[in-house]
This record gives sequence, structure tokens and C-alpha cells, in this order.
Amino acid sequence: MSAARSRNINVSETSRPVLPRHAKLKFDETRKVWVILAPERVLAPDEIAVEVLQLCDGVRHVADMVDLLAAKYAAPREAIATDVVAMLQDLADKGFLTEAREKTS
Amino acid sequence: MSTAITDTKPQATDPKDGLSALEGRGSIAETFGIPLAVLAEITHRCPLQCPYCSNPVELDRGGTELTTEEWKKVLTELAEIGVLQIHFSGGEPTARKDIVELVQHATDVGLYSNLITSAVLLTREKLAALADAGLCHVQISFQGNEPVVANRVAGFRHAHQKKLEVAKWTRELDLPLTVNAVMHRQNLFQLPDIIQMAVDLDADRLEVANVQYYGWALKNRAALMPTIEQIEECSRIVEEAEARLKGTLAIDFVVPDYYALRPKKCMGGWGRQFFNISPAGKILPCHAAESITGLEFESVRSNHSIAWIWQNSEAFNRYRGTGWMPEPCRSCEFKEVDFGGCRCQAFALTGDAGNTDPACTLSPLHEKIFKIAESEAAADNNRFIYRNFAGGTLETDGDHGA
Repeated sequence: MSAARSRNINVSETSRPVLPRHAKLKFDETRKVWVILAPERVLAPDEIAVEVLQLCDGVRHVADMVDLLAAKYAAPREAIATDVVAMLQDLADKGFLTEAREKTS
Repeated sequence: MSTAITDTKPQATDPKDGLSALEGRGSIAETFGIPLAVLAEITHRCPLQCPYCSNPVELDRGGTELTTEEWKKVLTELAEIGVLQIHFSGGEPTARKDIVELVQHATDVGLYSNLITSAVLLTREKLAALADAGLCHVQISFQGNEPVVANRVAGFRHAHQKKLEVAKWTRELDLPLTVNAVMHRQNLFQLPDIIQMAVDLDADRLEVANVQYYGWALKNRAALMPTIEQIEECSRIVEEAEARLKGTLAIDFVVPDYYALRPKKCMGGWGRQFFNISPAGKILPCHAAESITGLEFESVRSNHSIAWIWQNSEAFNRYRGTGWMPEPCRSCEFKEVDFGGCRCQAFALTGDAGNTDPACTLSPLHEKIFKIAESEAAADNNRFIYRNFAGGTLETDGDHGA
């Protein structure tokens, strides 16, 4: 096991973020709202955050997410990129995103 | 975001991330929405004998515990009614042979699972099996930062060494780790070292939990009560560490309320946000509630559903909201801030759970309680009564049960 803990990752367009094992994105059927389940906490991401988080699979680069969202919303790529990176960085700082590890095998 | 969930005052939200903390707001007081998280005390059996244990002095015996099938049915029902997180606790939850099966079942029905453990019964294989079963988070209790103090408090030989080992395995398995340090007069001097230990163990969170005086802890209050100077020092150390370790280690700080001015909002208010299931299957407003005599608690073994018990049972409704309050709570501007403090503490210290918690300065008993705390701390009688099924064992010189 690697001791290199990706605690304070820097999000850029080349990042491939993924939710860490302890943060689970889930639709709460009872309350009809998306939640992130984390140790001792339940958080409610808004619609945009949910959409972006669903794209964070540890394979897709942030650049690809930005392309997808820019196309979907017919919005300027640059503006989307700024917002997405800022949002992901904030989630990462709070411990709800980590970087996919390179497989050495 | 949905207003159905934010029923109480929202925490400061950073608009950038679109997130807002919901914990503590899952229950809509007016309609008693189902809690987001439930504590399952699946057994009272425990190899440790910590004198600060909050379990009732009358422990549930192994034979009264819910069976594997009963717990699985409970977990399924909890998920169906909207509970999102399950904390497996005890006693020592891994004392049950079916812990992996129960965690797997929690995963299967969509519950986020947390293991609150003393760690001393875990092997690496068992921990790996729990991780494979979908366990989301591990919380390990520590009684000190080195074996002499820690093993004496735990009343268990080699406990500390074992805990360090299990904490290491936890991180190796990429499970998030919370170190739970229960603090009292006899180990508060170790607090800076305990904080460093949590950092060295690569823990995500540290709970600096000053002892709350229920169950066994109340029985041991004289041996545990800190001095007011210790508490001031403790607050200063935590504040400094929080600033220094921001982004590395999150620290939750529980202050002892005998020295407080305002009572704690215990359990977020009786029957508002939380319930606990005892080893024998009773649904309780908090883990100490059975200490209040004269309250009848319904069991999952009854004919009622868990949701019905939460909404309608007499024990939950007795102290819900503010209608039950006597003075000085009734006319108090803080009555919906702290809901009158803690019912179990009011019962333990005044004999009536319906009284204002004496931790509050407005309680006529506050001054007396403060004096008791001061004089017990000053008397410095350090002998423990160890927790066990025999009603407790007094510590003897040179043999501290460890």
C-alpha cells in the first residue's frame, strides 16, 4: 500500500478526480435529494455539484468533463472550466475528492 | 437545495461548492422526520473495563442480545424508512461473531457503516473482511498516548499496543480513521501527545471527548473529574492544534459540561434527530436513557415498527419539543437552542428527568454541581471502579485489572 495519501490534491484540467472510499454519493429516496455520505456527516450537494461529481470516476480527466458540460449547456468552455476546477478544488480541500492513483502493475 | 431537509438553522455554507451540511437537520422537529444516523449498540460485551464507559451500570447480558437475523431485519427496516448511516457500537461490536455479516448486510441495504471499536479483538484478516464487506469508516478509542496510562484506564494488558497496530492496518486498507480520545483528570496531561499520535497514525479525525458522566462514568466521577485549570488548558491546546493542523486532522472537541455555563443540546434535543438501539433491541432516545427509571422503552421485538416507536412511543414523546418544560426553561430564550440540556443528567443529579439540566447556570442546582466537580477534582482520589458484568471491581494497588 502506498503511504502517499492524496489529501491536499491540486485540481487542474489534467486531474482525474474520484470520490474517496469514505465519501459516497447517493440519491436519498426518502428525502428525494442527492447526498454525500461521509464519516459523521451527511452533505447535500446542489444539482450542478451532483452532475459534476457523477462524472468523477477516476478515469475521466477534468478537461473531458469541461468539454461535456460546455457542449451540454452550450456555454463558453473557459467559463465552465473555471467554475468546475474551483468547485472540485473546494470539494478536494474538504476531503471529498481524491486523485486516481496510477497503477504501477 | 431541498427545504425539506434544512429544518433548523443552516450551518455557514460556502456557495462555491454547492454543499451544505445536513447532519443534525435530517429530522423535522414538527413531524419527527427519521434521523439520518442511528447508533446500534449490538452488544454490551467488551474485553476492556474502562471506568468512563457510558453504558448503563446494568449491562445487557449476551443471552438477551438480538440475533443475527433480528439485527439484519432491523438494518433493512432502518434503510427502508430513510436512515442513511449506521454506527456499529457497543460494548465492543467485534465481540459479536457476526459483525462481518452485519456490515455486509448494512452495505447490501444501502447503509453507510461506521465501526466504533476498541480494536483489541481485531486481526488484520478480520479488518480486511470488514473492508471487503463495505465498511466505510473506523473509529478507534484510545485511553492515552502510551501503554502505562492507557492500559491502566482500559484495564486490559497490551491494549494500547494492539490499538496502534489496528490503526495502522486501518490506513493500510485505505479506510478512513477517527481516533477517539476520551479525556479525564488522569490523562489530560497527555493531550498534546495524543494529538501528535493521531497525526502519526494518519487519522482523518480526532475526537477529544471529555468524559460525560453517565452509567459507569458517573460511578467513577470522583476519579475522572478534571480540574477547571485542566479544562482551560485543554481548550487552549485544542484551539492551537486545530489552527496548526487544518487540512491534515479535523478535531472535534467535547467539553465537560459540569463546568459549563450553558447545557449541551444533548442528542440535538430529545427525540429530534437521533435514536439508539440497545443490544436487547430497545429503541432509546440516547444511549444513557435506560438510566431514567419510570420510562418504558419499546423494543424492535414488539409488534410496533421502528418508525411507529420513533413517532408515537410515550418515551420519545415525553420530553420532545418544549411543552414538557418547567421553569426556568419554559420562559427561557434559549429553550429551543439547548432544549433544556440532558434528561439523563437531570435525572442523575436531581432525581427528576423533567428538571432543568444542572449544567445550566439557570438551574437552582448549578452552583452545587459546580462545587461537587471542583471538590472531587481537588480530592484527587484516583482509584477506578472497573466496568464489568459483576457490577464493577474496585482497582487495587499494583493490580489495575490489566
